[in-house]
Amino acid sequence: MKPHNAKEVNGMYQIVAKKALNPTVTQMEIEAPLVARKARPGQFIILRVDEEGERIPLTVAGTDPEAGTVKIIFQIVGATTALLNHKEQGESIQDFAGPLGVATHTEGIKKVCIVGGGVGCAIAMPVAQEFHRLGAEVTSIIGFRSKDLLILEDEFRACSDRLVVMTDDGSYGRHGNVTVPLKEMLEAGETFDQIITIGPLVMMKFVTLAAKPFGVPVIASMNPIMIDGTGMCGGCRITLVQDGQRVTKFACVDGPDFNAYEIDFDEAMSRGRMYADYERHAYEETCNLFKNA
Amino acid sequence: MAIIPKKHEMPTQAPEARAHNFSEVAMGYPMEIAVEEAKRCLNCKNRPCVAGCPVNIDIPGFIGCVKEGDFEGAYQVITKSSSLPAVCGRVCPQETQCEMKCTLGIKFEPVGIGRLERFVADWHNENASEKPAAPKANGHRVAIVGSGPSGLTCAGDLAKKGYKVTVYEALHTAGGVLVYGIPEFRLPKAIVAKEVDTLKALGVDVEPNVIIGKTLTVDELFDMGFEAVFIGSGAGLPNFMNIPGEACKGVYSANEFLTRSNLMKAYRDDPRTPIMKGGKVAVVGGGNVAMDAARTALRLGAEHVYIVYRRSMEELPARREEVEHAIEEGIDFRLLNNPVEILGYNNPDDPRDPKNGFVTGMRCIRMELGEPDARGRRRPVPIPGSEFELAVDTVIMAIGTSPNPLIKNTTEGLEVNSHGGIIVNEDGLTSRKDVYAGGDAVTGAATVISAMGAGKIAAQAIDKALKRR
Repeated sequence: MKPHNAKEVNGMYQIVAKKALNPTVTQMEIEAPLVARKARPGQFIILRVDEEGERIPLTVAGTDPEAGTVKIIFQIVGATTALLNHKEQGESIQDFAGPLGVATHTEGIKKVCIVGGGVGCAIAMPVAQEFHRLGAEVTSIIGFRSKDLLILEDEFRACSDRLVVMTDDGSYGRHGNVTVPLKEMLEAGETFDQIITIGPLVMMKFVTLAAKPFGVPVIASMNPIMIDGTGMCGGCRITLVQDGQRVTKFACVDGPDFNAYEIDFDEAMSRGRMYADYERHAYEETCNLFKNA
Repeated sequence: MAIIPKKHEMPTQAPEARAHNFSEVAMGYPMEIAVEEAKRCLNCKNRPCVAGCPVNIDIPGFIGCVKEGDFEGAYQVITKSSSLPAVCGRVCPQETQCEMKCTLGIKFEPVGIGRLERFVADWHNENASEKPAAPKANGHRVAIVGSGPSGLTCAGDLAKKGYKVTVYEALHTAGGVLVYGIPEFRLPKAIVAKEVDTLKALGVDVEPNVIIGKTLTVDELFDMGFEAVFIGSGAGLPNFMNIPGEACKGVYSANEFLTRSNLMKAYRDDPRTPIMKGGKVAVVGGGNVAMDAARTALRLGAEHVYIVYRRSMEELPARREEVEHAIEEGIDFRLLNNPVEILGYNNPDDPRDPKNGFVTGMRCIRMELGEPDARGRRRPVPIPGSEFELAVDTVIMAIGTSPNPLIKNTTEGLEVNSHGGIIVNEDGLTSRKDVYAGGDAVTGAATVISAMGAGKIAAQAIDKALKRR
């Protein structure tokens, strides 16, 4: 490896491509060669949009090590994602650090079921692609509220031996939530070496409950509030219940993937709402700022 | 001339004013007072203060310059030994180091060495315009992991000897605990930035957003041509008490609370990064970090702030000046108390009640001091049946940290002790060839100056090892 100056190599974190996947979900490719070379499916990055920005974690949706770019997909849910979405191709963002977290465990898994919900499908996609690349049999179940919010269907079709698309309102694919086809498969006697679920906490909780009677291992990818993301602040802590003992784990260094049967989902949901009022206010302020601009 | 028995007071903001702002509490000696204080130094023969300084600053030497009014000369004496004088003058626990050894202190109050160091550094930053010239390069390259006190010291000492040094920082700003941990009112961030700029002028490269162990590994640093690596990655993950209720909303680690306020500037009006402000706050712990968290909470608008510590004032490990300042500001010390449970709101009739899960209080138990432990500190023992409740909205846990596993997990052959701290010899050398370490990554949570001392020792050892090649 040649000596380098990371300022040149790791660079300005320029947005080299930007695409709206649906009205509230955007895909960007960011120039970050050091991250692109290292990131594995399941890992995440931390970014700041500008000098005064907050640090937010986003899961890596893909990499191009040759081009030195990292793909991120984000839903516009708050002030920072609104600011990020306001940046255009050719512009740069302030900070982009990673890859963080432990990559999704793939070893020895021959038959996998990926269950993704909403923007969580963006995180699930590289995981499905990785299993496909490794030769595993991939079943993907992806769910959205409605047809308008559907993302990444083609990408999932390309890497899945079987794909089931669900919408809550029945406007596309099958009507219902993701647990419906999962239960059908398991009840029909189908087995998986691993179920991996990525999406809203409540969805992951019910996927876990659906799989439990069948004894299939379930991994959930957690996305708690984080600040540094490097194992310093402890804000991302979640509670696992192991042999009746409550154990504190940190999603940034121990995760983000955890054995779903051990996760205290209700606690994680409660903690995720800690700043709900503040975030709503900040989001409205930011939206108003753009409206007036 | 008669000896003035007491240190000259350093002007501070009035407690009632400073409790509501983030400006620096202590305002530094004016020039005349600094010279007067310097004259208190006996210039004794044994110079015990120098041995009391973890980086062995020539204390009588710089104080002698101050006496003469040669403030730049004083600065030059200090920077021979310390890369961060403006920082140390503010955050060192002088009362247990140089000032504790001061000969004058046998009969009177010791010389205000810390205050004089601060004066000299501030005078230099204000008046000296000349940037230090980068020394002649010696062709050797060294990588430093982490830009906290140990990393910056190691970087500065090596750069002054002509090494090409690159400092890798995981966060977006250089300074480590000096920027994310220690609050603005105790150490203004502009001072840290200035010290970092001085290092850059010496030719040190600082690369933010690079997490060693993730973005690059230690082995890759050697592949890139670095001949030695110093790991100063800091203390790591916060400890919790493992009592019920610690996952309630409103329970912070001190690291998180201080990072939100300091690094992410949540103390400003309308910040991008949110923080819980106001209400009643309990900080658990008795170290400097606990004091910083308590006083930050107060400045963020808390109506009442408790320090809950399980031992007594005598054992409280924080720097004395910070404790005194905290008491003046109205922090309520609840000593010989220990939390046993954090209480959260729970509306049994409405699981969607937005108040559910937020902290409402903390159940504590009173303690008494028992037999001394292995380190000679009397062990706190709970008094049965003495439990009581403290009504609070926020709880901040400041009870220490455990080392960060990222580097250990990705560096084969790097040995750590049972606490996860990196094992080093007296030169700071780890179990891996050419890999050195120091600061909290080795010792667990300690002081800025002890980390600087470790960075200094490692720099000397690296220089000795590489010079031979």
